Amino acid sequence: MSIVVGYIPSPAGEAALDRAVLEARRAGCTLVVVNSSRGDAPVDDRLIDARQFNELEARLAGEDIDFWIERFPQGGDAAAEVLRVAEARRAELIVIGLRKRSAVGKFLMGSTAQRIILQATCPVLSLKAPDHL
Amino acid sequence: MDTLNLLMEGFASALTPINLLFAFLGVLLGTAVGVLPGIGPAMAIALLLPATYGMQTDAALIMFAGIYYGGMYGGSTTSILLNTPGESATVITAIEGHKMAKAGRAAQALATAAIGSFIAGTIGTALLVAFAPIVADFAVSMGAPSYMAIMLLALITVTAVLGSSKIRGFASLGLGLAIGLVGMDPVSGQNRLVFGFAPLADGLDIVVVAVAIFAIGEALWIAAHLRRTPVKTIPVGTPWMGRQDWKRSWKPWLRGTAYGFPFGALPAGGAEVPTFLSYVTEKKLSKHPEEFGHGAIEGVAGPEAANNASAAGTLTPMLTLGLPTNATAAVMLAFLVQKGIQPGPFLFDNEPDLLWTMIASLFIGNALLLLINLPLAPMWAKLLKIPRPYLYSGILFFATLGAFAVNLQATDLVLLLVIGALGFAMRRFGLPVLPLILGVIIGPRAEKQLRQTLQLSSGEVSGLFGEPLAVAIYVIIALVLLFPLILKLVRRLRGGSAPALVAPATGPLDGPGTLDAAAESDTAQEQDPDRAAHTVPQPAPQDEHRRKDQP
Repeated sequence: MSIVVGYIPSPAGEAALDRAVLEARRAGCTLVVVNSSRGDAPVDDRLIDARQFNELEARLAGEDIDFWIERFPQGGDAAAEVLRVAEARRAELIVIGLRKRSAVGKFLMGSTAQRIILQATCPVLSLKAPDHL
Repeated sequence: MDTLNLLMEGFASALTPINLLFAFLGVLLGTAVGVLPGIGPAMAIALLLPATYGMQTDAALIMFAGIYYGGMYGGSTTSILLNTPGESATVITAIEGHKMAKAGRAAQALATAAIGSFIAGTIGTALLVAFAPIVADFAVSMGAPSYMAIMLLALITVTAVLGSSKIRGFASLGLGLAIGLVGMDPVSGQNRLVFGFAPLADGLDIVVVAVAIFAIGEALWIAAHLRRTPVKTIPVGTPWMGRQDWKRSWKPWLRGTAYGFPFGALPAGGAEVPTFLSYVTEKKLSKHPEEFGHGAIEGVAGPEAANNASAAGTLTPMLTLGLPTNATAAVMLAFLVQKGIQPGPFLFDNEPDLLWTMIASLFIGNALLLLINLPLAPMWAKLLKIPRPYLYSGILFFATLGAFAVNLQATDLVLLLVIGALGFAMRRFGLPVLPLILGVIIGPRAEKQLRQTLQLSSGEVSGLFGEPLAVAIYVIIALVLLFPLILKLVRRLRGGSAPALVAPATGPLDGPGTLDAAAESDTAQEQDPDRAAHTVPQPAPQDEHRRKDQP
């Protein structure tokens, strides 16, 4: 059993990660961090680079939990990757961060969070960055 | 003083609101395509060719000139911030520029690039004003044999000097000449390469060929290599320079300009050789040689000035002789031909208003570029967050739409796809596309001069050598072709002391022979000037795909 968290280096992503760590400690199970990019734009700030990977690793190592970091530099879309990992790891909970999106932006790009919530086979915990509460 | 008067009239016409608007549009578009790797000014202008049908010739030309200059500015931004040069001309900038950005001096690097580009562009354009009328006057006195020889020289040098393989270059030139031949023979009225297919009798529309080669071929090629690990931008504030930076930059700017302009004007000169030479020179002359390789500002200032000056230089033979020396100039020339304007020595006599308006707009465009690039460079880098599938599907869509709009014929769409597939295959097999497009554009005009010469001499081949200038140019062509062989022979005789032979090429150059040696010493940077995106050095892998398990 495990807890899967969709992580991007942003306030919402950090909030989700913090909460996921709490949940993993409480449930006593493995935390799986998923970070992915489609790799189709020359620049993508949502993908963690080697330095951020190490910082994330060091930070999680300081917590009293088992963890695993999945990073897909040329993956599918974020929702699909999170759902796939959740399936493979038999996740009991998915944690995601939400961000504000305009109606037009949502219409054009769809919502990663919405797809995860609708298609997940386990409970999904979604939260906003603290300053958006 | 006559020139100055004409230039002032050009300014008067370029400063009308509508022309200013197009200049602004041009520099915006140019900066954008410069920033985006894989899309260059040649592709942008090719895509816009069909859209300019209904436009005033001068407005369209002003916009194209803005795109051309803008591409040189935009390319440097990505070179510095991301180490992914947007243009082949800015590959050298990335060497020191990215190091500077990593050391926290991105703002200074961007500033020296933008200001250097402005100064070099302005001086280059001023040189264009000074030289173009002189060259044009001289060119008008040339007869058909000399003109034919000069066109041959342009074709041969571009084919034989640039690119890694001469065989590939000539194969590409052959394809281009063949495409140029399609249609009715202008003298005898006989159909050539038509294969009984009526729509081909008018010849292939030059716009369709340009769009197919530069937009379809290039977009398909890059789309075939779309995925790679994204990188991160280096955050940067508004570009600025300290007193020390100014002191270290101004000499490289001027030296870069001195390299760039003549190389741009030479056939096969381009922007790549002078940027490289400028870098080498600055490295040699620098008072801080230890900084080279760790972010020396001279290594950004010199090459950036050189590539903008070369852009101005390129316009000299294009406007005075009708000879394009790089892909962008070739597409601009295709535009003139399409508009029914005969490029060549008489352009300055026949269309003075058009030319001087365009030249004046170059000064204006340059100033606009400085304004939009200096404060906004970090914003331009954001364009790189656009997922590339959207970009390339958009390009394919507009290319198809544009090619259809030219004549509203379904045949054009088939031709577009066939020639686009040819462009893709050429890139796949490493054939440079510049000789092809030059063959298509210059081929028919060279043929016309050849036929004219032969008619005058009633079929005698000796008529081709009737003018002393023509003979001199044929000698130069022979030297260009034979020089690598002689070099090889001498090398073998000397037992392989090649560097000694290439070394003199780093000094100031003028003859095509020395140019050849420079290109030779520079093959690493120089493999194919048309393919900005895929010949540029890839950024060092910022990350490896790692997983980590907690014990």
